[in-house]
Amino acid sequence: MAQPRLLQLRINGASHHVAAPSHWTLLEVLRYELDLIGTKQGCDKGDCGACTVQVDGHPVLSCLTLACQAQGRAVQTVEGLGFSSPSGCHPLQDAFDRYDAAQCGFCTPGILMSAHAMIERLRRPVTRDEAKEGIAGNLCRCTGYTKIIDAIVDASERVFGEAGAATASGEAVTHG
Amino acid sequence: MADRDTTGEGATPDAGGASAEDTAPRESWQIGASHRKVDAMERMRGVTRYTDDLKLPGLLHCKIKRSPHAHANIVSMDTSKAMAMEGVFAVVTGKDFPIPYGVIPWTPDENALCVEKVCHVGDGVAAVAAADEDTANAAIDLIEVEYEVLPAYYDPQDALAEDAVSINPWSRKGNNLSKDVVLEFGDPDAAIEGADLVVRGDYHFEGTTHAAIEPHCAVASVEPGSGVLTVWSATQVSHYLHRELAKVLEVPAHRIRVIQPPLGGAFGGKSEPFDLEFCVAKLSMMTGRPVKCLYTREEVFYSHRGRHPMKMSYETGFSKDGKITGVASRTFLDGGAYSSFGLVTTYYSGQLLCAPYDFPAYRFHSTRAYTNKPACGPKRGHGSVQPRFAMEIQLDKAAEQLGLDPIDLRRRNHIGSDRATINGLMVGSNGFLDCLGSVERRSGWVTRRPALGYGRGLGIAGSTYISGTNYPIYPNEMPQAAVQICLDRSGRARVFSGANDIGQGSNTMLAVITSEELGLPLEDIRVLSADSDLCPVDLGAYSSRITLMVGNACLDAAKKLRRKVCGAVAKRWEVPRKRVTLAGRRAIDIEDPERNVPLAEAFQWAEADHGLLGETGSYNTPKDRHGSYRGGTIGASPAYSFTAHLAEVDVDDETGVVSVERIWCAHDCGRALSRKIVEGQIEGSSYMGFGEAIMEEHLVDGAHSGVHAGPNLLDYRIPTSVDTPDIEAIIVEAPDAQGPYGAKEAGEGPLHSSIPAIANAIYDAVGVRLDRLPFSPPRVLAAIEERKAREASGELAPHKGNPGDEKRSA
Repeated sequence: MAQPRLLQLRINGASHHVAAPSHWTLLEVLRYELDLIGTKQGCDKGDCGACTVQVDGHPVLSCLTLACQAQGRAVQTVEGLGFSSPSGCHPLQDAFDRYDAAQCGFCTPGILMSAHAMIERLRRPVTRDEAKEGIAGNLCRCTGYTKIIDAIVDASERVFGEAGAATASGEAVTHG
Repeated sequence: MADRDTTGEGATPDAGGASAEDTAPRESWQIGASHRKVDAMERMRGVTRYTDDLKLPGLLHCKIKRSPHAHANIVSMDTSKAMAMEGVFAVVTGKDFPIPYGVIPWTPDENALCVEKVCHVGDGVAAVAAADEDTANAAIDLIEVEYEVLPAYYDPQDALAEDAVSINPWSRKGNNLSKDVVLEFGDPDAAIEGADLVVRGDYHFEGTTHAAIEPHCAVASVEPGSGVLTVWSATQVSHYLHRELAKVLEVPAHRIRVIQPPLGGAFGGKSEPFDLEFCVAKLSMMTGRPVKCLYTREEVFYSHRGRHPMKMSYETGFSKDGKITGVASRTFLDGGAYSSFGLVTTYYSGQLLCAPYDFPAYRFHSTRAYTNKPACGPKRGHGSVQPRFAMEIQLDKAAEQLGLDPIDLRRRNHIGSDRATINGLMVGSNGFLDCLGSVERRSGWVTRRPALGYGRGLGIAGSTYISGTNYPIYPNEMPQAAVQICLDRSGRARVFSGANDIGQGSNTMLAVITSEELGLPLEDIRVLSADSDLCPVDLGAYSSRITLMVGNACLDAAKKLRRKVCGAVAKRWEVPRKRVTLAGRRAIDIEDPERNVPLAEAFQWAEADHGLLGETGSYNTPKDRHGSYRGGTIGASPAYSFTAHLAEVDVDDETGVVSVERIWCAHDCGRALSRKIVEGQIEGSSYMGFGEAIMEEHLVDGAHSGVHAGPNLLDYRIPTSVDTPDIEAIIVEAPDAQGPYGAKEAGEGPLHSSIPAIANAIYDAVGVRLDRLPFSPPRVLAAIEERKAREASGELAPHKGNPGDEKRSA
């Protein structure tokens, strides 16, 4: 085994010192060293998007990113997505929950990170086509994407839409 | 939907009887609503632990060495170098697993690791447990295997040749025959001979695979002292895994605990034991350390168990008015190296075709052969998606030749409700006509179809599917499903169920039923599932059985508790029990709703009266819903779902690219217990069928020694968000007397007709029949060019007055 090397990473706003072999990917360090298991391994070769995280606000595939490449940059994972919200969950997560946009949920963290990066970049309500483009690198095998697109559009309206637009979210949903 | 604030005060108490034995319908406060799933938010927060997210102290990593040959004898194997490597704790080979297993008890024909021969590229031959993954990978490279290569077969008919070398080491039939089924009802030859129109067609359904985003993974640990073996696995059949582990490892079942952690998709691809579960268990028993194995994506493709390639020849007779007079088929199934569910698949390739259309004569002859490929098995719509493709194109061809509207032709053959099919299966409720009518209206079929120009088309198809199998995989008279519910004095319910939630939402389904009966909001209900130490046995997530079977068991238990709670409240209020109902976290007097108490208090009263509040519920299937012939129980189900698909396509006649613009899918699920979850199943099924129609092809390449043509998610293309058409899910409800609240299945049925609807739409668009899947651009283009040549020679009129270069304008 290769000699571990000391890395300093900034993840979800916190600083971490990690000893990991230099060939380790960001995905491996997140999952194996930091136990940030929300980032998923679906293919380990950049095809499925389940491992998507944000580096400096851009969605990247953590399975194709060496951990050392993330040094000195801001890494955000799905675990950090709800931090800024008093409810502890981001409006995207809430919308995914209301629309049942996650079936097995395995691709969901990656999709949330791609969608979040997109709506933060556009900073306005997104169209269905924009939502589709925004998650085109994330494979979902359960949903047919329909409810994921619904949820992303809804969340973007809630976060960046004019006041009042937020109520046009369709039928009531049982919370209990 | 009206405002359904079901979180508390706003809930409307029911108006009807509340007593459990009172069958009068009462107004639902949960059934048919949309719900947040009970376990979705933690998945979205990234804190749910799937199998690969489990960590245990001292965890070792397992890797499996796999065959590079499609067919070979193992002459010798030397594991000594691997064993001597630093960081390697144990090595196992096929000799450690001499007992064969198979998910179907009649066909145990595979070993956890190959013993004397390998039967496909990727067959496992040895496994190591090492301190880390890198060491494990290096160690399997040090295992030396000497092979004697044998002739390999990649086509079922080649494999069935008399002089072919036998593939499967446990096969008893010889000649690579896995299963042969011939069933005949009525006189199909006479019916076809006497028909006004006979449509004959050859169809080839190429194999496809599940491609769940979570790869297979298993962890095993042996408890020091007691020696109890715990296996955590990404499985959809905990119970069958439990049984096979006990058999192969020769450990009594009561000393094994099987836990299915939250699962990242399955679709039938995790519905039997795989080599990794046996390997981690054995390696953990040998080392005393916990052991994990995670498949690479390549291993997922080679483990497969996906949809069988089928070569199908169909003859269908019709009368002038479009009634089907008879159906006869001959089918070859490419089974791959092992049986898997193949015995059932072979039956399903014919048995599940006898609805939604009525016909008086039927024969199918299906032959499954072993080949040197990864074994095929069940994929969403097990065994019946392929023949449905053939059947629905046959109907489309007939409609055209008879000058009938294809939807009208299907209506004329509608089988109706509460009657037996030609092969003796009892259909209960049937909403197929509503399904057809819904997609016809929503798509604007009547006005739009004739108006669409060349290159644009609409296509229709229908289908049916089972809501669970009437008989379990291993014969027994015990319940097919059981649920235990406990209430406690804090005002909470715990539901214990062996059912495997694989993302389809079965945990939420159980919470919805418990909520409906006991008046608790979903957040007060904890569903604990798929842990063999905690939960009653359930047979697993396959054949779309959970909502009907486990739902009925849950309803049974919940009603018993409802009776106790309502009775305890009624006693204190000195009113008849039927005056008490439970909703919105309160027990309410129906005639005087001002009188109500919190459920926690009602539970305390009931616990004072009855002791600890726990009940079990069971469900077993009716045994009178099948034919009395050999094989007549296979395909029998308590209830059948029905589906109609309508697809709109745009076909580029210069490139052969088919763009599916929109899919309307109407599905009769009996009763939608949770609306958005049912819609999600319809959408996901339609999507998966679309992918199979347009791009998916699980090809094992005989020209390259039997390797997979592209065992990764880039080469094996599955649809992305931008590929996938808009899907309109339409819920049709024809409640069935067998289902909980009338519910039938929704998870697999809506896939079937997706594929032929697209095929038929392509015909409508450009006038070419695509009888082979997938409809990839080269194949579509070749068909279009062939048609154009025939048009140029005057043999055929231009399709839809194809204007040639002017092309479509819309």
